[in-house]
Amino acid sequence: MLSVRNVEVVYNDVILVLRGVSLEVPKGAIVALLGANGAGKTTLLRALSGLLDIHDGAITKGEIHLGDTPIHHLDAPRIVSAGLGQVLEGRRVFAEFTVEENLRVGGHTRRGGLTEAIEEVYELFPILKERRRRTAGYLSGGEQQMLAMGRALIAKPDLILLDEPSLGLAPRIVGQIRDIIAQVNARGTTVLLVEQNATMALSIAEHGYVMEHGKVVMDKPAAELLEDEDIRDFYLGRGDLATSYRDIKHYKRRKRWLS
Amino acid sequence: MSTPSRTPTSSPSPRPASVATAPGPTRHRPVRGRPRLRTSYAQDLALLNTPAKRRSTIALVVVSFLVPFLVTDDLLLVFTLGLIASVGTIGLNLVTGYAGQVSLGHAFFIGVGAYTGAILGGSEDASVVGYGLPMLVWLPAAGLVAALLGALVGPIAVRLRGLYLAIVTLGLVFLGDHVFREADSLTGGPGVGRRGAQLEILGIDFNASGMLLGLEISRAQRQFFLALVFLIVFAVLARNLTRSGVGRAFAAVRDRDVAAEVIGIDITRTKMLAFALSSFFAGVTGAMYYAVIGVFEPGAFGLLLSVQYLAMVLIGGVATISGSIMGALFITALPRISQELAHVVPFISESATGGGLLSVFQLEAILYGLLIVGFLIFEPRGLYGIWLRIRNYWKGWPFSY
Repeated sequence: MLSVRNVEVVYNDVILVLRGVSLEVPKGAIVALLGANGAGKTTLLRALSGLLDIHDGAITKGEIHLGDTPIHHLDAPRIVSAGLGQVLEGRRVFAEFTVEENLRVGGHTRRGGLTEAIEEVYELFPILKERRRRTAGYLSGGEQQMLAMGRALIAKPDLILLDEPSLGLAPRIVGQIRDIIAQVNARGTTVLLVEQNATMALSIAEHGYVMEHGKVVMDKPAAELLEDEDIRDFYLGRGDLATSYRDIKHYKRRKRWLS
Repeated sequence: MSTPSRTPTSSPSPRPASVATAPGPTRHRPVRGRPRLRTSYAQDLALLNTPAKRRSTIALVVVSFLVPFLVTDDLLLVFTLGLIASVGTIGLNLVTGYAGQVSLGHAFFIGVGAYTGAILGGSEDASVVGYGLPMLVWLPAAGLVAALLGALVGPIAVRLRGLYLAIVTLGLVFLGDHVFREADSLTGGPGVGRRGAQLEILGIDFNASGMLLGLEISRAQRQFFLALVFLIVFAVLARNLTRSGVGRAFAAVRDRDVAAEVIGIDITRTKMLAFALSSFFAGVTGAMYYAVIGVFEPGAFGLLLSVQYLAMVLIGGVATISGSIMGALFITALPRISQELAHVVPFISESATGGGLLSVFQLEAILYGLLIVGFLIFEPRGLYGIWLRIRNYWKGWPFSY
């Protein structure tokens, strides 16, 4: 479905952020992308959805293909039309619009069938139907996250990029969001899930990538990642070593991973 | 307009038990004070989505057509100019209110429209060019030329926002000011000016008075009718635009441009479209306004005019069509209002040189400033916001909410 080959991204012509990232998202899968702050996850998503321009960044090397279409040189609206949807970090719903207007504007690239598409989203998120005439800015965080996802799904993307859907949500809501992601996937949308909450991400993903310092440093099936000692220690906080970022272990591990 | 049939469906919808006590004939009507339930998307998006709105709009239009027979001709001219300025205000509201791109260059586009109209539709004389084309040609042409120039601003707006964009558009005003002054074979030059276009459509001359459709209709009355129809056409156009996908795209770009981009809205195109449409409205307004006024000179299209239009938007109500009309009428009538005040209030002289504490012109300037400051502080939603508050008060009456 999505294949990223050796992509290099530079901001402002000087800051090298992605140093040759490659990853594959097979059709119909949920793939998790993990990494600490500053690892380059969001930058990778920006590269995928064509948002680098506004952030003064550019892809300097490598290729991104969605299916058979190369998308690394397209602008954002074309990429959306090609079938790639994104839910931005921090939700970013249109606060002054009602729920339904948000969904309607999400169907900007669609030709017809908007009403049915909105109904489908309501099916997935019954709470949004209840709130359809409310102003989006006054919804709770969880509802806004659902709205942001619904807005991206209106365009019927083949692949959806989720940037930290669990950000700032209560654990119970995170569970709900997780179930919804699984449902969306079950309906045939491929998901690339970027998360800090590794437990949640790996519990539904089939495959996981770990990024650090602009590179993919680990690439394993989710089950294996959950078992990996370094991951347990580093992301899940369940290791026996009980170390932290600041520990010298970190550098040792970095050395091991990067070698 | 194609409002969908709103006949209530006869299928038994879940109703509260209290409805059963309602008398028989009013079965299909909701209980008094209960918001009407909308059952389809089309109803939600309808142009006039409540019966009250529909009735009051029709009433308003009918009353507007009666106005010329009720007021004197000199007052009517004020209304006429207000109606025409409304179209320009709606245009500015499209780009500044709906699409969120602050533009100080509106005067430039109005000027471009005014001169395009005057050159194509005006008569030639010793000093200026004029082709004397019919109104059906010069009016759209004035809009199109302005729209073309407006579209050129769009790509700049993609790079800049807020204050920076305002300054760039401000540059347009100075550019225009200079060009209009220097091109005196087209504009007549400063201090001299030229005549506007000929107001004549389908054989009806709006600059003459006389019998029309069996009625004795004066020049001012004719121009009022023309302006009213002109406004209705463009107001409906704009209203329809704002509730369509294009309008939603405008607002999406205004609220969160990155989020708009990831759902597939082409920001460059949207901003270009916003500027082009706004300039089109400005262009036709310019052509009409100065055709009614008669003689105009390049000095008219300075920064002050831009600010005046921004004030109309602000005082009327940002991102509303009806607010734009209210604001434009109000600001256009302001000189007249301060003149009338001079008759009533002591210490105000009616001429610039007369005695008294203030001249009318000073009073006007003071009122102007006070109004803008007052609205910004007390009712940022403008006249439209005041109207909303009145409406909501009566909606819940006798309860407070």
